[in-house]
Amino acid sequence: MSDNGPAAETQEQLHGCPVIESRGQRVVLVPRGDYVKVMKALVADGFDMLVDLTGVDYLQMPDRNVGAGVVPERFEVVVNLLSISRRERLRVRVQVPGDEPTIATLFDVHPGSEAHERETFDMFGIVFEGHPDLTRILMPEDWQGHPLRKDYDPGRIPVQFKGANA
Amino acid sequence: MGAVQQILDEGLAGIEHNFVTAKIEDLIKWARSRSSWGASFGLACCAIEMMGTGASHYDLSRFGMEVFRASPRQADIMIVAGRVSQKMAPVLRQVYDQMMEPKWVISMGVCASTGGMFNNYAIVQGVDQIVPVDVYAPGCPPTPETLIHAIETLHQLIEDGEIMRRRSENNGGAGVEIFEIPAGATTSVSIGPK
Amino acid sequence: MSVAEHDTTDVDAPVPGPRERTVSAITGEGGQELSSRAGMGAKELLREVGAVLRMSESEAAALADIEADPDEDQTMIINMGPQHPSTHGVLRLMLELQGETVLRCKPIIGYLHTGMEKTGEQLTYMQGGTNVTRMDYLSPLNNELAFSLAVEKLLGIDGDIPERAVWMRMLLSELNRMSSHLLFLATNGMDIGAVSMMLYGWREREEVLRFFQKVTGLRMNHNFIRPGGLAADLPAGWRDDVLDILEMLPSRMEEYEILMNGQPIWRERLQGVGVITAREAMALGTSGPILRSTGVAWDLRKHMPYLRYDQVDFDVVVGAYGDAYDRFAIRLNEIRESMRIVYQILDRMPQGDFRVQNKKVTPPPRARIDESMEALIHHFKIFTEGFKVPEGEVYVGIESPRGEIGCYIVSDGSSNPYRMHMRAPSFVNIQAMPHMMRGGMVADAVAVISSVDPVLGEVDR
Repeated sequence: MSDNGPAAETQEQLHGCPVIESRGQRVVLVPRGDYVKVMKALVADGFDMLVDLTGVDYLQMPDRNVGAGVVPERFEVVVNLLSISRRERLRVRVQVPGDEPTIATLFDVHPGSEAHERETFDMFGIVFEGHPDLTRILMPEDWQGHPLRKDYDPGRIPVQFKGANA
Repeated sequence: MGAVQQILDEGLAGIEHNFVTAKIEDLIKWARSRSSWGASFGLACCAIEMMGTGASHYDLSRFGMEVFRASPRQADIMIVAGRVSQKMAPVLRQVYDQMMEPKWVISMGVCASTGGMFNNYAIVQGVDQIVPVDVYAPGCPPTPETLIHAIETLHQLIEDGEIMRRRSENNGGAGVEIFEIPAGATTSVSIGPK
Repeated sequence: MSVAEHDTTDVDAPVPGPRERTVSAITGEGGQELSSRAGMGAKELLREVGAVLRMSESEAAALADIEADPDEDQTMIINMGPQHPSTHGVLRLMLELQGETVLRCKPIIGYLHTGMEKTGEQLTYMQGGTNVTRMDYLSPLNNELAFSLAVEKLLGIDGDIPERAVWMRMLLSELNRMSSHLLFLATNGMDIGAVSMMLYGWREREEVLRFFQKVTGLRMNHNFIRPGGLAADLPAGWRDDVLDILEMLPSRMEEYEILMNGQPIWRERLQGVGVITAREAMALGTSGPILRSTGVAWDLRKHMPYLRYDQVDFDVVVGAYGDAYDRFAIRLNEIRESMRIVYQILDRMPQGDFRVQNKKVTPPPRARIDESMEALIHHFKIFTEGFKVPEGEVYVGIESPRGEIGCYIVSDGSSNPYRMHMRAPSFVNIQAMPHMMRGGMVADAVAVISSVDPVLGEVDR
């Protein structure tokens, strides 16, 4: 039952976007331009609860294989949806380029994305266009830098006891 | 009259010590240590253990600490319980400044003492970078017994006058220098002999 | 209605809703049909008349410097926290008040931000449990469970976990739910004013923590549920300890019900306070007791079962009014449902191994380390280098006492997660707070915060 993750492709399409399978979970790869349209269509399908919206910085995995011929970009916005009526989960992954990290907001479709998008902006610097209040949520408001980016140092101070990592 | 003026000016350190005042000083120190009230500064998991220490099983009120005053003006001991993040650090300093002398700080747990397991950009690596700490309590989180031991150690230090002596030597920790390290900068800290 | 069609930044401006566009030509009264959820915007979904204060902290601070005109009926923005006696951690609320009425509210979080997700990328998968367990520090075993389930799914061993390990996980998870809800009763009681409830809740919690100390070695932040199973087996005599807890609790729960439900002050303070509708709750993504209090019977243990919850018998407790009283009653009864589950686990706990015997993931038993060089090296490698997890990404969600806690892990094939994200229920539930507080009194704000039961460790991570 071991599978190679996102490389296991199917011909399945959902609202025009390829669907792949990752460890038994369905993942829809949505292009950035169709993002809000597809999310609305998914709501109409029954995926009415937004469980999670987060980002990933693939700076250290530039040659990764996303699947279904999708071109990988530096950032990904990952949205987890839940359908209470169908008891199903669905994951949506959108590629966001590193030199222009903007994407439309989901606030109108899922108001619960407000805090998630603020956090993703704070941690990654991905700008959500149309968000009502895109300010830092976890770091102080005047903090410089986006901590979860791979080029942001973890900020460890050197200690005499070395654990498994530097 | 002169004695009263001396006390008004310099506190207990100002009076001419003789066998009468020694007894009064002992009484004052005994009273301070037996009725110190804590300022609630519970931040994270250690706060839960602190509340557990105040609850009926471990019962802090037998040490005179049953109330945790919300207003720092009415508190004596600030137990920093939990990890202090960058955003919280100025608040911590503000609350400490609002407390009236004499005041003491217990740093509860490893996150407050040294940053704990979170050696990263977000956590202040030891609350003693911000406020002068009198007693450190290790543990993650320290069990209520450990916290009680720390509190009792502090009470003993208060009763001995040890802390007041040290305070007067280095100006009550006012020599703590606070400067800001800009975000994202790698700090070079050398520990131990070169 | 796409994002570009109206300016979402001005929340008070009238917005042409979808109903105006489906005008019925026959009656001339306007469209009567209820538009589909997909066509509704944030305002309709939230019946938002402006419950969320969207103002940055510096703007609010600047407002404080402006001279207040005493004649005008102005609204006042006050700050509650981050250090305040309502013992929910370092949550700061900016409340916009008109007299005593709360108009808008902005929860400001981040005072406990620990960089756990960044630290998670530096730690191995075996060490990840220590990191993750400190997020929701009131139910640490559930955090570890979500993380371990996600790692096991990535490894592909989620079907190989021995039965005993699974049932042990269920036992610990349910006991943790009980201790977390007991703490909720304690803090809720104290916030509403029944201060003695604080002591009672903690008294019961001590019993459960004592059991945890016996099994895991720690009272809190156990790091006991690890990828592959658990760290150790249940000690001898565990059944008696659990039975002691289960036998002691019901009569005490009766006492608490009388103490709280029996007094009219309690009911006055909680009934009708902090009401939220089902549609709002789902639009905001809330889960757990908040969602169940609005009438939506959604419990991951029942409807998307993990571990062996499909083999035990329990009810999902659902409220009707969506107010703070419902949430209190739901949590009180969930303690009873958890007790029911624990009784069944006691009867059905199978024999067997407490972790999967997979050389990749499981360290050798301690006794063998003295005898065998390979065992020593194996142990050393697992605990220093860690085990490598194949590339991929996975999301696993379970039901914690606060709602759905999920773990999203992206692996790049090495022994550290490439990205480890926890979907914290309190982070999402806090979004519901402004909507619950709107129109209520300032004094009810404390009741609302308490009924949401946030744990700031998982909010801020």
